[in-house]
Amino acid sequence: MPVESWLIFLLSFMIVGSIIALEMKDLLSAIISIGVVGLGVSVAFLLLQAPDLAIVQFLFEIFSIVIMVRAFIKKDYHKEEPSKVNKILAGVTVITLIAIFFLSVPLFKLLPPFGEPLMTTARYYLENGARETGSANIVSAVILDYRAYDTLGETTVLFTAILGTLTIIRIKKRVKPTEDEKP
Amino acid sequence: MKQQAGMTLIVKTVTRISVWLILLYGIYIILHGHLSPGGGFAGGVIIALAFLNVMLAFGRDFIKNWLNIEMLHDIDSSSAMMFLAVGILGMAFGGSFLANFISHGTLFNLVSSGTIQVLNIVIGLKVGMGLFIVVWALALFHLDRKEMK
Repeated sequence: MPVESWLIFLLSFMIVGSIIALEMKDLLSAIISIGVVGLGVSVAFLLLQAPDLAIVQFLFEIFSIVIMVRAFIKKDYHKEEPSKVNKILAGVTVITLIAIFFLSVPLFKLLPPFGEPLMTTARYYLENGARETGSANIVSAVILDYRAYDTLGETTVLFTAILGTLTIIRIKKRVKPTEDEKP
Repeated sequence: MKQQAGMTLIVKTVTRISVWLILLYGIYIILHGHLSPGGGFAGGVIIALAFLNVMLAFGRDFIKNWLNIEMLHDIDSSSAMMFLAVGILGMAFGGSFLANFISHGTLFNLVSSGTIQVLNIVIGLKVGMGLFIVVWALALFHLDRKEMK
């Protein structure tokens, strides 16, 4: 089978997995369905010949699954109240989304075929990347040499996110009850 | 047998052997980031997963003695500064911010590609320590809440 059919198979598999994750009443089953969807993304990256992305996606999937299972497995979140849905609003939203989807189908004919034309910037990187940066892995050459500003921004975002997490989580430690407040 | 912190004896024995291999693989992925798929980010996540493995298998109290958490904090904070320092050194020696000012070496060698390898190591340290500290903070939140009850 060509790559496109495998991709369509994987995408439909992932959509089914997401729907199952949303509809599950049991939280643990929902987490496992989310993990299956993430592994599908990883395999799709492998099929599209992007092993760097596939490795990172696979590892992060394991990391997040471990944290989620660890966080939710002993909690009483398993029972979930049915949410009250405004039926008219929900119907209007669904009809609008379907209408937008069908109205945008003709637009796909305007797009160029999948993977064409090759971007000229990408071609420049492929031709000159190894010579100009001395790095055999072109992805490393792009993210750490040509687009190093972008990586600097990502590092700052990660640093800020970790600081924010620590600030929010550790806030309880600081408000210890003092001696005279204790009964 | 008395139930101790963490998981069973089998898990602990396997973890005792395998965690070094996982750490070694993470360092390999970071150091070969400019040659093969992977790089600083993926290797850092592998290192964080190795620490997480130890924490799940042996319990929270063990990892508090095994790792110096304050030092992880310091590495995490200083690696962001190191990235900036490499950029400013590039401004001093290479002409522009984040310029690749170290000699490139020969293609496919382990020590080659100048600042790319340095930045890979810096990002690996940052991601590994940062992700593990987040997990550690979540675990500590649990302990804090137990104390307050």
